[in-house]
Amino acid sequence: MSAHPGHGGQGGHPGPAVIVTGLRVEMAHGGGDIVDEVSFSIAPGEVLGLAGESGSGKTTVGLALLGHARRGARVTGGSVRVGAIDVLSLTDRELREVRGRIISYVPQDPAAALNPALRVGTQLREVLRAHRACASAREASERIVEMLREVALPAEPAFIRRYPHELSGGQQQRIALAMAFACRPRLVVLDEPTTGLDVTTQAHVLATVRKLAASHQVAALYISHDLAVIAGLAQRLAVMYAGRIVEVGAAAELLAAAAHPYTRRLVAAIPRLTGQEPLTGIPGRAPAPGDRPPGCAFAPRCELAAAECRTAMPALAVVGAAHLARCPRAAAGGAVTTGPAASRMAGLAAPAGTAPVLSAERIRAGYRDVTIVKGVSLAIARGECLALVGESGSGKTTFARAIAGLHPPASGRVLLDGQPLAATARRRPAEARRRMQYVFQNPYGSLNPRRTVRQIVGQPLRVLGGGTRQAADRRVAEVLEQVSLPPAIARCYPDQLSGGERQRVAIARALVSAPAVLICDEVTSALDVSVQAAIVELLTRLRADLGLAILFITHNLPLVGSIADRVAVMAHGQVIEVGATRTVLRHPSAPYTRQLIASAPALGPAGRAIPAWPGRGQPPAPAP
Amino acid sequence: MASARSGSPERPGKVPAGTAGDEARADPPGAPRGPARRARGGVARFLLRRALMSAAVLAAVSAVVFAATEALPGDPAQAILGRSASPQALAALRRQLRLNRPVLQQYWDWIAGLLHGQLGMSLAAQEPVTRLLADRLVNSGFLVLVAAAFSIPLSVALGCYAAWRRDRAFDHGSSIVLLVLAGLPEFVVGVLAVVLLATTVLHVLPAVSYLAPGQRPWSDPSALALPVATLVIAVAPYVARVMRASMVEVMESDYVEMARLKGLPERTVLLRHALPNALGPVFQVIALNLAYLAGGIVVVEYVFAYPGVGSALQAAVLAHDLPVVQVLAMLIAGVYVAANLAADVATILVTPRMRGQL
Repeated sequence: MSAHPGHGGQGGHPGPAVIVTGLRVEMAHGGGDIVDEVSFSIAPGEVLGLAGESGSGKTTVGLALLGHARRGARVTGGSVRVGAIDVLSLTDRELREVRGRIISYVPQDPAAALNPALRVGTQLREVLRAHRACASAREASERIVEMLREVALPAEPAFIRRYPHELSGGQQQRIALAMAFACRPRLVVLDEPTTGLDVTTQAHVLATVRKLAASHQVAALYISHDLAVIAGLAQRLAVMYAGRIVEVGAAAELLAAAAHPYTRRLVAAIPRLTGQEPLTGIPGRAPAPGDRPPGCAFAPRCELAAAECRTAMPALAVVGAAHLARCPRAAAGGAVTTGPAASRMAGLAAPAGTAPVLSAERIRAGYRDVTIVKGVSLAIARGECLALVGESGSGKTTFARAIAGLHPPASGRVLLDGQPLAATARRRPAEARRRMQYVFQNPYGSLNPRRTVRQIVGQPLRVLGGGTRQAADRRVAEVLEQVSLPPAIARCYPDQLSGGERQRVAIARALVSAPAVLICDEVTSALDVSVQAAIVELLTRLRADLGLAILFITHNLPLVGSIADRVAVMAHGQVIEVGATRTVLRHPSAPYTRQLIASAPALGPAGRAIPAWPGRGQPPAPAP
Repeated sequence: MASARSGSPERPGKVPAGTAGDEARADPPGAPRGPARRARGGVARFLLRRALMSAAVLAAVSAVVFAATEALPGDPAQAILGRSASPQALAALRRQLRLNRPVLQQYWDWIAGLLHGQLGMSLAAQEPVTRLLADRLVNSGFLVLVAAAFSIPLSVALGCYAAWRRDRAFDHGSSIVLLVLAGLPEFVVGVLAVVLLATTVLHVLPAVSYLAPGQRPWSDPSALALPVATLVIAVAPYVARVMRASMVEVMESDYVEMARLKGLPERTVLLRHALPNALGPVFQVIALNLAYLAGGIVVVEYVFAYPGVGSALQAAVLAHDLPVVQVLAMLIAGVYVAANLAADVATILVTPRMRGQL
């Protein structure tokens, strides 16, 4: 091997660890670019956040830094320099030398990225072996123990011999982190490593990333769709839209005074912990690669767009100290219009003293030998939104399924309008089923791919009976309008829709039978932040217009402030705190709630990042 | 496993792994979790359970075989000896077959005999079935083993290589050839092989694989060549196609991408990361094909006049030799059950996740 890319710029190199210039990735068989004109640099020990919605090309950029393009994509231009190494000009063999040793990768979903057939110890050891990082097997074993300690995992032999499925999500992600930092790389690409983790676990993982990057002087690219997560971690922030970087600058400045209209809308979509502020989504949807308009790709969704925006792609221009934005009207400012949602929310307080439309009394539920819900009682008034917050494993979904009759409880009862309901949905009268509807977490799995939107939304009408086909079609059109979908969408199949549109269809399906209660089970957690904001806006409007009662289940505490009147916090199958949203968020009484709030990545009132320090300790132990 | 991916480089639907209906999965860092410790006992219990199930399956098969051969309405003795048989001969045969006893008693005697290794007397050859079939069992077993020893590694390697060279010339070419071969019945393949290699075109191999009594099949490898080739061609295309499909899916998985991004050599990526995960579904197909070999061998042995259980079965059916037919039917059923059991065990061995769920 002639080029030995390891020993480039050694010694006290003051310059950036990574310089990316003019990166361009195209679709392999024509069809245009996926990303283009991407340039940035990262200093040693610095974390650069790369934010954007799904489809914006941020993962493509991250993988290109390792000289990798997924099937169907091809890196066609630009350069990636890490020290003296020109990554994009390396041969396959030289790339293998560099990957894992100089540049490493932390995947989005460690459950899928760790090999299910290999013990975690084997997967750690093979990185060291492939890069000859250790002289002997014994040294490698010592190194593995050291690596596991660094990421706060137990370094016992029994743990090292486990398979990935025997670890929790947080532990799996720590293994991936240990692997990435094993060979002391110069650059680590972290691709949404905390998506899908609980807030406390996420806070622990983020703290580990911050510590490792700082103590080993590693440059890190942190990719996320969640600005709040990046805010607590990155010194600088780059925002991507439709394959271009539209704004880059110091994280605090960018969040407090965003120059690009897209960034401003993205910031406005982040839920805040500070109370009942309305969220605003971004109207329209991001263009897919190969389907991007000429000129500024954001122009069709931008309220500031001028004629010039639609013809020529604006260049990145300086708008402040080390702050660039790709918008000619960046200086024009203008606050994001928040719409009438604010006033609506204010007038939405649940009427005090009204009889609950739905109440659950001492629900206990579980699986064969485990009790997951241990006696939970909650009630929701007409038009009220009650948020049920808890981490995964707290029993919130099981509780909701028990109420809906999808998971028969072991004991306890459910009352709808004061009438007790049968344990299973099958044995409940049609009227009771009509009045209570369930929206599932994952709109990619909950819609039948072989049915059109009209068939999907119309299905409950057929099941619950009554009415002609014309009446049903009219009702479907009416509901689609309520969830702000164009009528033409009725003829589409789910795979033609974006995630946000699918979730609107799922909500329309729930609304079509005119229910009194809507159970929303993590309905926004599979969606981008901006889409989440739009869904929350929608639900808030539906409450006001239709007097719907909503049970909103989420693990996202900041989100609660934007939607719910009351919050119930669940841990270990029990409700440990319940109260008005404002009170619970500002003056939490249970220590566990305080810890949840401390762990939640969120922006402060002025858009300033609240660092997400890990809360100490664990959720309160279950009562014996 | 790998989710279906659309062409776009970023996957839609980032479903948080931790919230997708996994209420039992909290994350206390460092808290030990159970399945590792339970695994070994689980495998033993699983094996015992499956062995019992297999025995039950065989018992059910024995009832069907017995009913189909002896207990059906009509007189088996008459069927065996023909219409012109004398009443004395019929009576003697009925006595020998114990047809004059109650049906359940007959069945019980037959099962007890099977379990004690007393398989009865062949009616046609007038010698114990055990002696009649012993050599033929060895011959057929050897034929199947040799065919399996060639076809399984060959098809696994073919499938892997085609998946690795996905959408290249080799992949497309092999896919067409395998599809054609899979479409040909084995007697056509056998006859074609004879025409091409043993008669007019090239005469390099014997057209029939006759073994003298007492001669072992391994004493004359050239006699085995054509039957083995025919069986390999009958089985390998299916296994290779499933192997390719399974491997393609695994190669698209996040963990294979991760293995590459760790800088592992391509050989390690393929053999350590991809292959074990791709083999799981393939084991089932291999088992089905091995079991199919045990039955499909009848045709091949007939084409090549190979003295194995296949030709014995064919002869016994023609001669109404009930005890032989019964034993062979049970034998073939036994191979099916054993092959599927072996496949389940092999799948579990390459899938640690399943060990915890037994």
